Amino acid sequence: MWDYSEKVLDHYRNPRNVGKIDNADLIGEAGSLACGDSLKLYLKLDGNKIADAKFQTFGCGSAVASSSILTEMIIGKTLDEAKKITNKDIAEELGGLPQEKMHCSVMGHEALEDALKKYYGGKYEENTPVETSDKIVCTCFNVTENQIWEAIKINNLKTVEEVTNYTKAGGACGRCKGLIKDIIDTYYKGLNKAEIKEPLTATQKILKISKVIEQQISPELQKDGGDIELIDIDGNKVKVKLTGMCQGCKNAQMTLKSFVESILRDKVDTNIEVEQV
Amino acid sequence: MIYLDNNATTAIDKTVLEDMLPYLSGEYANPSSMYDFAKKPAAAIREARAKMRDFFGAKDEKEIFFTSCGSESANMAIKGVLNCNKEKRHIITTKVEHPCVLNTYKYYEKQGYEIDYIGVNAQGELNFEELKEKLRKDTALVSVMWANNETGVIHPVEEIAEYVKSHSPETRVYVDGVQAAGKIPINVKETQIDMVGVSGHKFHAPKGIGALYVKPDVRLTPLVNGGHQERGMRAGTENVPYIVGIGKAAELAMENMNHELTEVKRLRDKLEAGILKSVFNARLNTGISNRVPNTTNIGFEYVEGELILLHLSDIGICASSGSACTSGSLEPSHVLRAMGIPFTALHGSIRFSLSRFTTEKDIDFVIKNIPVIMDKLTKISPFQTELEELRKRKGV
Repeated sequence: MWDYSEKVLDHYRNPRNVGKIDNADLIGEAGSLACGDSLKLYLKLDGNKIADAKFQTFGCGSAVASSSILTEMIIGKTLDEAKKITNKDIAEELGGLPQEKMHCSVMGHEALEDALKKYYGGKYEENTPVETSDKIVCTCFNVTENQIWEAIKINNLKTVEEVTNYTKAGGACGRCKGLIKDIIDTYYKGLNKAEIKEPLTATQKILKISKVIEQQISPELQKDGGDIELIDIDGNKVKVKLTGMCQGCKNAQMTLKSFVESILRDKVDTNIEVEQV
Repeated sequence: MIYLDNNATTAIDKTVLEDMLPYLSGEYANPSSMYDFAKKPAAAIREARAKMRDFFGAKDEKEIFFTSCGSESANMAIKGVLNCNKEKRHIITTKVEHPCVLNTYKYYEKQGYEIDYIGVNAQGELNFEELKEKLRKDTALVSVMWANNETGVIHPVEEIAEYVKSHSPETRVYVDGVQAAGKIPINVKETQIDMVGVSGHKFHAPKGIGALYVKPDVRLTPLVNGGHQERGMRAGTENVPYIVGIGKAAELAMENMNHELTEVKRLRDKLEAGILKSVFNARLNTGISNRVPNTTNIGFEYVEGELILLHLSDIGICASSGSACTSGSLEPSHVLRAMGIPFTALHGSIRFSLSRFTTEKDIDFVIKNIPVIMDKLTKISPFQTELEELRKRKGV
């Protein structure tokens, strides 16, 4: 059972401003049915002021509460004031959210951002580095590099787990966890651009694999009197030969999978499969 | 409070607790000790083991081992068998096993084992033909749950065991019986099943006690090494009060089996029919037959499960959901996904699981209140057009 604040309980029990504004000036959307939560935010403007806001949410208690409180926070505000609201503000206004539920506040912020983007012609995010991309990092939940970058920046996130709690990225199959780690590292290195690893060319891959084997795997095996020889690389299939003491060792298969393969997956490509020939 | 989450855990039966209490106070002797004071706890364990033998329908009480929970029973069976058959590196299991079983196989997969995960159809029924095709001479273990915890669907484990033994006699068969125990009759001596694990707290014993049935010719290595307890298969001083508890709970479950199969089933069917009739966006996630009598899994389209649970909880109803949000894992139920439940209903799937303590009044209250909650929650949903279409299709 989640430890929800009184305010969260109040807002999911009695959500404010539920529904649709028929002649809305701005509509913002975030999330999707397949991902398990989605939000539609309707804004009615009076000049540059938000005169009315309504929402419709498919999601858990904290998603409904985040949407509900967001409408209360923005009604009466000017658009310039509204665009300063972050997911952190939403969570704080709710008296805090459980860590694992922070992505609900992020969804609220994204829907608001989406609505305002339409007003500012897609260019209002002056503090988002223009170089980061809309490239999807987490394919399970459709989370872009931009969204991850934003979440790291606003909430000062340091670990992959935190990024997952705030954006859901990496929360299903987990294949993008390496990419998320790269984005975090890049952010804290103070670089403007979070580089998404381009797929290596075949030659680059061969070079990288042989370098990892030579410099990191082979020395470890040599300590036990064994060694390893790279025989062939076919796509993601890496064919190797264990030599010395490793040859015929009954733990060879384990060494191959849980040591050689896991290092290569970590350093080069998560899809690598190691085979002994 | 109306408790309809008995597949998660159950209330301890009062008489179970009464039988346990002496061993939590005065009768504290170590059953292995040599003085008269130790006779009573030693006898109590023997008695409980005999009750478990009858509960499983086993031939001999030597076939029964006490464990601490269902997960330990599963680990003891799986790891024990694989350790004794190291040359066999192939395992067959299902996509819908409980995580305690599934994650044990994921562990072996990382160790280089080859694992085939057999799928289920839209009703949650196992693809037996696929299992037959995957069976090999070097299959160490076939592992299929007796009944699924989320859907209640019963798998034909007796037939599976028969098929496995006639085609690959050395392959072992483990059946996770956690959700079948106390809900449908189990009679292992009539089957070819090698091992069955159960958990006490799913049938009105306390948490922290389980049991494993092992056919006499099955060789296992122990999970816990140490003393001679459980014939050297599970070291550690016996948890006497809890062993007494599971024995009594098993006895009561046998006495109440008929009630389970008739009365509990009647109430479950009434609840199911009531909801499906009065809530236009409700759909049954399984077929109607081949299920344990206490479970129903209903998908509420375009509404999210955790939100439903919170609103049910607000009026005192306890149930559970296959929604991602309730688990913290961000992923919806692997069981419902394996069945191919559409996304529209997947996240809003609710499991109601009854017990012999569920009353007619409980069920009537739930049937009366769910439409009220759904009426409120569908209004919040952004999928109004889709809901409207659904309403028309159902002719509401």
